[in-house]
Amino acid sequence: MNAKTTILNLPEEEFVHPGSRACSGCGLSIAYRIGLKAFGKKTLLVVPPSCLTVLQGLYPVAATKLSCINVTFASAGAAATGVLGALRAQKRDDITVAAWAGDGGTGDIGIQALSGAAERGENFVYVCYDNEGYMNTGVQRSGTTPFGAITTNTPIKGKQQEKKDVPAIMAAHGIGYVTTCSASYPLDLFDKIKKAKEISGTKYIHIHIPCPPGWGFDTKDTVKMGRLAVETGLFDLYEIIDGKFSLTGPSLKISEGKKQKLRPVKEYYNAQTRFSILDDSRIDYVQEQINRKWKEYFKK
Amino acid sequence: MHIIETGNVAAALGVQLAKAQVVAAYPITPQTPLTEKLSELIELGEMDAEYIPVESEHSALSVCIAASTTGARAFTATSANGLLYMHEQIHWAAGARLPIVMCVANRGVGAPWTIWNDHQDSISQRDTGWLQIYASDHQQIIDSVIKAFYLAEKINIPVMVCYDGYLLSHTYMPFEVPEQKKVDSFIPPLKSYYALNPDEPANLNTVTLPDVRPDIHGKTAHGYMELRYLLHEGMIHAIDELGKVEERFKEIFGRGDNPYIECYRCEDASFIAVSMGSLSYQLRDVVDQLREEGIKVGSAGMRLYRPFPDKAVVEALANVKGVIVFEKAISYGFCGPLYSDIKSAIYDNKNRPFVHNYILGLGGREIKTGDLSGALKNSCTENMSRTQEPGWIGLKI
Repeated sequence: MNAKTTILNLPEEEFVHPGSRACSGCGLSIAYRIGLKAFGKKTLLVVPPSCLTVLQGLYPVAATKLSCINVTFASAGAAATGVLGALRAQKRDDITVAAWAGDGGTGDIGIQALSGAAERGENFVYVCYDNEGYMNTGVQRSGTTPFGAITTNTPIKGKQQEKKDVPAIMAAHGIGYVTTCSASYPLDLFDKIKKAKEISGTKYIHIHIPCPPGWGFDTKDTVKMGRLAVETGLFDLYEIIDGKFSLTGPSLKISEGKKQKLRPVKEYYNAQTRFSILDDSRIDYVQEQINRKWKEYFKK
Repeated sequence: MHIIETGNVAAALGVQLAKAQVVAAYPITPQTPLTEKLSELIELGEMDAEYIPVESEHSALSVCIAASTTGARAFTATSANGLLYMHEQIHWAAGARLPIVMCVANRGVGAPWTIWNDHQDSISQRDTGWLQIYASDHQQIIDSVIKAFYLAEKINIPVMVCYDGYLLSHTYMPFEVPEQKKVDSFIPPLKSYYALNPDEPANLNTVTLPDVRPDIHGKTAHGYMELRYLLHEGMIHAIDELGKVEERFKEIFGRGDNPYIECYRCEDASFIAVSMGSLSYQLRDVVDQLREEGIKVGSAGMRLYRPFPDKAVVEALANVKGVIVFEKAISYGFCGPLYSDIKSAIYDNKNRPFVHNYILGLGGREIKTGDLSGALKNSCTENMSRTQEPGWIGLKI
C-alpha cells in the first residue's frame, strides 16, 4: 500500500459543492467530501433515501458533481449490481461503482439486497455511513442505534437493545475487504476507500458519523465526538482483509500503547444528551465490556 | 422457423431475439422456466447478456432499473406475489421513464397460497404507469415481447407482457420464431435519452418539489406534478404508437392484428363477449356454438389493457345490444376492473349497450366451456337488464 495520505497531498478537486443541504456540524458532509475525493471522477454512485438524499439537494440542482442514481430504500445493493451489469454489457471496466447508504438503508431495510450482492461478489464498494439512527426522518431508532439512546420512538426508556454489528455481518459473507472508519479521521477514510477501489469483489466500508441534532451535542464538537468514540474504545477502527482482522489508525496506536490509554466511556456518554437517562450501572457494565474486548486487542 | 414449445420458452426466445443485455430474475412459479431458459441461453453463449440471479423480485427490478439507467436493455419476469413484491419498483421504473420489459406469467395472489392462473396480479399493477399487453397464444407471446422492447424504447415507458400461467406458460403450441435478421431490422440498438456515465454527471431521481423550480441557468425545470402529467401524456400517446408498431411489425414479419382488441365474429354481432388472455380464445368455441343456435355473438380479447384503448373499444362495441365481460380478477367490493373500464369507455355512446360482468377462474378454478356458454346465452337471450351485480361462474357456495 502507498504511504498514508496527508493533508498536504489530498487531491484538491472537490466533488461536493459547498452549500449543500446538510445540517450544520454534519459528520456526513465531512465523510462524503473526503470520500468522493478518494473515489474520484470515474465513479458512479448509487444512493438510497437517507440524510444524503437531502444533502445532495433538490431537483434540478445537486450538490454532488459525480453521476448518481437515487434508488429505493431497500435496493442499494441490487441497484449497484444493475449498474455493474450494464457496464459489463457495454464492455466498460474503467468505472468504479459505489453505493453510499445510511445505517438503516444498510443494516435494516437494505440488508437483503446488500447481502445478495455480497454473496454474488459484485465488484463494488459499499459505504455505510452510520449516524446510529433514522436521522433524516427525525431521529428514530435503527438496528445500529446503541443501547440506551433516547430517540423519537424510544423517547422515555431509550433503546433497549444492543447496536447491531453490521461490519461483522458483512465480514461473515467472506468478502475480501471490510473496514470501519470515522468522519473524525478523514485521511484514514480516504486511504481505505482508495485501497477498497483496488480490491476486486464486494468491499464494505462502515463509517461512524457523529450527528449533532440526533445525538444531542454542540455542532462545533462533531470531530471531537467521533474521536471520543474511538478513544474510549466504543467504536474501533479496523480492517478485515481476506478474513484477517487488524486494528488500524488511532485504534491500532492505542492497542500498541503508542497513544494515550483508552479514555473512560463515561466521557462519551456524558457528552451527548441522547444518553441522559443511562445510569452508572449501565455505564460501568459497558466499561467492563470495553475493557474485556481491549484486553484481547492488547494481546494481539 | 416453426417450433412446438411452451409459452415460457416463446417468451424467452423473444427476449433472446430482442437482444436484452441484462436479465435479472428470481424464481417463482409459473414464470420460472422462462428465466431458466434465459440462463441456459446465456451460459451456452447463445445470448450475449448478463444474467443476474438476485435474491428477490424487488432486487430483480432494481437491477433492471439501474441497468436501464446505465444504458443497457433490461428484462425481468415474474408472477403473482413476486410481482406484488416488486410493486414499489414498478412505480419507480415508470416514474424514471425507463424502457424495461417484463413478462408476467399470470397467477393468483395469496393469501391463501395459490399457484394457478388468474389476472389479479397484473391487474393490481394497473395504475403504475406501465403498458400492459396481454397475449392469448404463444405466437402473440413471442411477438409481443419483441414489439414491447421496440415500443418501450420509443416512448421511454416500461412494458409488461402478460400471459396466463400454466394455460399458456406451460402448454406446448406451435409458433413461428422470427428470424434474427428481421428482428434486428425491427429493433435498432438501444439509444438511451441519457445513460449514467462519469463524463456527463447527472443526479437522477432527486427530491422534486411540489412546484416548478429554476435550474442554475435560470431555466424552469419541472415540478413533480409536471413529470406525472408527462407520464400520463406518454401513456395516452402510446396507444397511437402501438398502432404504428403493429403496422411496422406487419411489414417486416407479415403478420399482425388489431393490437388493442382482437375481435372474432364481431362484424355482425348483436352481443360481444369481452375477456383477456387465453379465455378469449376459449370463448371463440362458445361463440361458434351459440352462432349455430342462431345467437349473433362474437368474442373480443383485450390485447392492451393500459393505456386503455377506449377509442378502439368503443369502435369494436359501437353497434351491439350487449357486452358481456368475463374476468379473472375483481376489484373487491365493486366489480371486475375491465367491466368498469368498458362501461366508462362507452358511457357517451348514443346507443349504449347493456354490460354484464362475470367473475370466473380465480386461483385456477376450471373454466368449463359449458358454463361459459350458459352464462353468455343467458345474458344474450333472457337477462338483458342494464344493471346487474357481477355473476360468479363456477362458484360452489
